Amino acid sequence: MSTAVALPVLIPLIAGSLSLVFYKSHAVQRWVGVIGTGALFLATVALLAKTWTDGIQVMEFGSWPAPFGIVLVADLLSATMTLMAGMMGFALAVYSLPSMSRDHEAFGYYPLMHLLLAGVCGAFLTGDIFNLYVWIEVLLVASFALLILGGERGQMEGAVKYVTLNLFSSMMLLVGVGLTYGLTGTLNMADLAVKLPQVEEQGLVTVVGMLFLVSFAIKAAAFPLFFWLPASYHTPPIAVTALFAALLTKVGVYALFRFFSLMFDNDVGYTHELLLWIGGFTMVTGVLGAAAYYEIRRILAFHIISQIGYMIVGLALFTPLALAGGIIYIVHNIIAKTNLFLIGGVIYMLRGSYDLKQIGGLWKTRPMLGVLFLLSALALAGIPPLSGFLGKYVIIRAGIEVESWGIVAAALAVGLMTLYSMVKIWAEAFWKAQPEEHAERAAAFERAIDKKNLTLMMLPVIVLALLPAAIGIGAQPVIEIARVAADQLLDSTAYVEAVLGVTP
Amino acid sequence: MGSVMAVVVGALFAASVYMMLRRSIVKLVIGLILLSNAANLLIFTVSGLTRGAPPLIPEGMTVPPGGAWADPLPQALILTAIVIGFGVLAFAVVLIHRAYEVVGEDDMDQMRSTDS
Repeated sequence: MSTAVALPVLIPLIAGSLSLVFYKSHAVQRWVGVIGTGALFLATVALLAKTWTDGIQVMEFGSWPAPFGIVLVADLLSATMTLMAGMMGFALAVYSLPSMSRDHEAFGYYPLMHLLLAGVCGAFLTGDIFNLYVWIEVLLVASFALLILGGERGQMEGAVKYVTLNLFSSMMLLVGVGLTYGLTGTLNMADLAVKLPQVEEQGLVTVVGMLFLVSFAIKAAAFPLFFWLPASYHTPPIAVTALFAALLTKVGVYALFRFFSLMFDNDVGYTHELLLWIGGFTMVTGVLGAAAYYEIRRILAFHIISQIGYMIVGLALFTPLALAGGIIYIVHNIIAKTNLFLIGGVIYMLRGSYDLKQIGGLWKTRPMLGVLFLLSALALAGIPPLSGFLGKYVIIRAGIEVESWGIVAAALAVGLMTLYSMVKIWAEAFWKAQPEEHAERAAAFERAIDKKNLTLMMLPVIVLALLPAAIGIGAQPVIEIARVAADQLLDSTAYVEAVLGVTP
Repeated sequence: MGSVMAVVVGALFAASVYMMLRRSIVKLVIGLILLSNAANLLIFTVSGLTRGAPPLIPEGMTVPPGGAWADPLPQALILTAIVIGFGVLAFAVVLIHRAYEVVGEDDMDQMRSTDS
């Protein structure tokens, strides 16, 4: 019994309710936003520390013992993911202060943000597959409302696709949950880890596993199910896009990691081979899609897809090293990708456009922003000694160890293509001169800048730009945590023992 | 009974996919409604259709009286899923209404300005 596990869910729920109470007062909502997400960040740090020192943490709802009641479980993967959610929530709450327009705040941005964080943390922590469905719905509803914040035409069109495909994937998840219950009579993940191998018809287990795979692949925006993402992610306000980029697809990735290591590892030759192909194609199609665009947010949205591929490959290779690499990659990607979106928002504030053809000359006026952008962009492309190199190195090495040459080649090539996209943004936005025909608007935006606001926006950008460098240079603790987390995923004994209290 | 229900569930899924593949966004929402009902019915069917006593344990006993009793969990799951589905569908209906107002069309093919 450990209340530390429940705090990452409770804190955003309380903060969200408080923001609703003070719905009219945006100043109070802003304070609640920063303090609430700050408290969430601290709680997730404490949870990771506790999980690291004391092993897997379990909390039973209403003291109903597992497998009958719902449990919250924090193993190292869950704790790491909630830490990332807390960190990104805090960074974005600070970033939202100057960047979120008053209109958007009036639509209820802050309560929705807290609700989204609660859903994300709940999905990371729950140890019950139906409860996972509920948390995913919570975060989806919050994301629906955030996506159409403002209600412009593009947002509506993007939202129709986003809502339809995500509801479809939720229903697949629900069907999978129902079939799993029909097969085994339980919904508890640890109990399922014990009971699924005992099912006589192992073919049926694989079929149900495929339902989950498709459902989570839609949520993770994996090939060939990612089309909702580039159609919708560039439409909402930039802080919302950054929040989505940081956390939403990662919930799908996390669920894939959880389901296909703890429960559905009965037919690795089939499921993980399929995952490997999905991962490979996700990497390649994502990065090729990005090459076609000249809009910062769209380029970055396609790169979300391509980076998801690396994580899935880490899961698909299914060796301790590969899983550790996948986990490192998730952590690295959340930080670097979110920060690139945040920098995109700063660029918009300085130039008034996301279109690379209309902006330029930022290196001359804002060299520091250029350096920060390069730190994040090169981390994303995987240049040593930044964190992306570490993640790619571990995954590619794992690929070489199992002699999966095709995926190694794809991973290396995609790294190069990522670098191309990042250099494109760099060359267009920072290096070339400001195009004459749009100089007037750029000058107007430059004049309108409030120094204090810009400083406030730069704060999270600076921290998040330095983190990949810190992770890359001081890699040992990160690798250590990822290795232990991967071992916990591969050997479910400790997980089952912690939840059910018996040795399987 | 189980096989009849299986056919009904299958028909519901087929109808919902057909509706979602139409171009009209109103039909899209009808498809979503059918989809969530199909999923609920599937949970109901797959967890075993038993006609039995309520699973209530009287004081002093350890199991419910009678030989067969109904499993309460699928019903709890479906109830939760219905509530969630209702909320989400309410949102979807408002969304397509707003989308129709903003775009001025109920044709999905006209909603492609964000795709390329």
